[in-house]
Amino acid sequence: MSLVADAAQFLTDPASWSGPSGIPQRLLEHVGYSALTMVIALAVAVPLGLWVGHTRRGGGVVVGLAGALRALPTLGLLTLFTLLMGLGLLPPILALVLLAVPPILSGTYSGIAAVSPALVDAARSMGMTERQVLTRVEIPVALPVILGGIRNAALQVLATVTIVAYINLGGLGRYLIDGLAVRDYARMLGSVVLVAVLALAADAVLALVQRLVTSPGLATAGDRP
Amino acid sequence: MNWLTNNWHTVLDLAGAHLVQSVLPVVLGLLVSVPLARLAAGSRWLRPLLVTGSSLLYTIPSLTLFVVLPLVLGTRMTSVVNVIVALTLYVVAILVRSCVDAFESLDRDVLQAATAMGYRPARRFFGVELPLAVPVMVAGLRVATVSNISMVSVGAVIGIQSLGTLFTDGLRRSIVAEILVGIVATVLIAVVLDQLLRLLGQVLTRWQRPGTGAREAGGRRRRDTRGPGRTAGGARDATGALAAVESGGARA
Amino acid sequence: MTTPTSTRHATWRPAAWVAVASTALLALTACGGSDPLGGGDDAASGSSDTVTVGSADFPESQIVAELYAGVLRDAGVSVETKPGIGAREAYVGAVKDGSVDVVPDYSGNLLLFADKNATAASAEDIVKALPAALEDQKLSVLDASKAEDKDALVITQATADKYGLKSIEDLSSVCGELVMAGPPEFQERAYGTSGLKKKYDCSFKSFQPINDGGGPLTVQALTKGDAQVADIFTTTPAIKDQKLVVLEDPKDNFIAQQVLPLTAPDRLPQKAVDALNEFSSKLTTEDLIDLNRKVSGDEQQNPADAAKQWLGDHGYDKAS
Repeated sequence: MSLVADAAQFLTDPASWSGPSGIPQRLLEHVGYSALTMVIALAVAVPLGLWVGHTRRGGGVVVGLAGALRALPTLGLLTLFTLLMGLGLLPPILALVLLAVPPILSGTYSGIAAVSPALVDAARSMGMTERQVLTRVEIPVALPVILGGIRNAALQVLATVTIVAYINLGGLGRYLIDGLAVRDYARMLGSVVLVAVLALAADAVLALVQRLVTSPGLATAGDRP
Repeated sequence: MNWLTNNWHTVLDLAGAHLVQSVLPVVLGLLVSVPLARLAAGSRWLRPLLVTGSSLLYTIPSLTLFVVLPLVLGTRMTSVVNVIVALTLYVVAILVRSCVDAFESLDRDVLQAATAMGYRPARRFFGVELPLAVPVMVAGLRVATVSNISMVSVGAVIGIQSLGTLFTDGLRRSIVAEILVGIVATVLIAVVLDQLLRLLGQVLTRWQRPGTGAREAGGRRRRDTRGPGRTAGGARDATGALAAVESGGARA
Repeated sequence: MTTPTSTRHATWRPAAWVAVASTALLALTACGGSDPLGGGDDAASGSSDTVTVGSADFPESQIVAELYAGVLRDAGVSVETKPGIGAREAYVGAVKDGSVDVVPDYSGNLLLFADKNATAASAEDIVKALPAALEDQKLSVLDASKAEDKDALVITQATADKYGLKSIEDLSSVCGELVMAGPPEFQERAYGTSGLKKKYDCSFKSFQPINDGGGPLTVQALTKGDAQVADIFTTTPAIKDQKLVVLEDPKDNFIAQQVLPLTAPDRLPQKAVDALNEFSSKLTTEDLIDLNRKVSGDEQQNPADAAKQWLGDHGYDKAS
């Protein structure tokens, strides 16, 4: 298993940890692209999911849309956008946003739509406005499901950012693509470890957030929030 | 669409390769997941292990798996086997979780009724538990299939032929039409397979009346316990995958 | 009604589940071992009269493979094609295991692939060194063509005028101000970043990796000014079409890359060898540029059609 040793050497070599192609820089790029993607995707998908879930109008359309988007091959979108718009940040980010929208959208929509109608009616009869129903009842109750969708999307984005390096971006995928070009398996394996650690860390953070924001009332309300 | 008329045979070849690389893992994944999930359901140590393991697996980018697997399997870098094994792992990751959930959410009363009727564990599994888990399994299969079809194309980056080849080739030759054809063909395959699975799910759950789950109250329950027993044969015929698992022999 | 029937299994314990799961896994791995889907693994072609022509997964290789196929058909050899096998590692493996009989390759890179420490740089030296380097791997090459496609440093006319650049030697004084674009491996290969530094004392301000094989995006980076110097293959039509300047390489940093057929000893019938050697004596770099233009430019011909046209124009009447 000299390969594992080589990969470990790549990961521990001080030279790998400095300069513009060093691990900290690549890690920062990777997280940066992911964060940018998530911010855009959240801004698009959460309001749409909330609206459709709350009004219960167009649910079928949203489910169908999310399904169709899910079938879109990210590599195809990446090459298409790059060919149409040229090199730069926009094409890969756009492709990633299209990847992140479906889980967030369907999580938000189904979370809100699953809130018991009796609960919503009770809130209305207490004199809450529609906005209050949404923000004080539906969102808090649906939050675990919504966050589940977001967590899912974040993990997919973190993994897929690796592929967008295919054309010319940075990020941890650079090690994979560059390593592939010269058959440097140690570096490729090293990048695998880095991406996996990053994804695990992100997942742990998101799981913690999910737990923290779950209303204590829900935790005891039974098995299905 | 001039490009398509000149190259339709290439597109068909690639679509065929794409189909094999995405469908085979679903079948293999199902074969592995069902027994694994049944084993894990209710198990104190295997369940958390599998559930955590499968979510861990999902954090590994597909390209990474395609590249690392040759080192583990001893296959060539550009062998389709790498794609098939990698995607099978993803399918297992999705299916094990949903199957475990499905098996664990079965109504105790139904199971006890089956046992009381003299069903031995194996027969109870194939006659009752498995059919009742079909809706959840089909849902998992649909997710796995659609995401597989999208992921197969990534293999093109390392020279494995699929519809993804149209993306890398189109990029090199700057032919937008070629990439568009690739995207449309991929989505088309995904939609068709998804609908086929949906139909399969409906056929396998004819016993389930619209709008009624298997765990509704009172009078319906008896019909439900009888139902799965009756349609289990249908389930076996329809999915060769399940039939293979069943070679353990539920029925004489 | 279902009635209880006796089954052979009195109990269905975890052990049984382990058995089922492992059987399924076994089926899976057995499937993996036999590689049922090819990717070039049906080693059946060795005995038959049919010659299988393969190609790498980029357009020029596919064009030349189609030319080989047409030439062989014209000579009365029955031919199958297997386009887009993948990178060199893949198609060399396919030639070795017999799933492919002949594949176009480039002399310099093939030599470096076979012998990492090879030092030959000129066209003649490389062709001389190849047979010995390939012998261990049970591979061989036929005659090399005059057609060549190698890496080159390319700049725009404007950049050439601004700094008065004609060769890489002129470049050394301004390297530090320029951004270079090229395929990711350029940073690692002997002829890449390190070669330029060693031979021409040239270190660029930064390097932008673009993974399209010196294709349209690399050209775009150059013409849009994202980079001032690019590593582009010499048969790229854009060099002529966009009036780009190829910098001379007096110190042979970029080694020769003649197009030639890679095969295995005694794999091809003699008439196939003769036909391919005759063809290679005709093929020129200009031909490659024209063919590339037809396949990658606005015409969007597929490689087979472009090759067919060339063959018709060059007297291969029975090529299809």
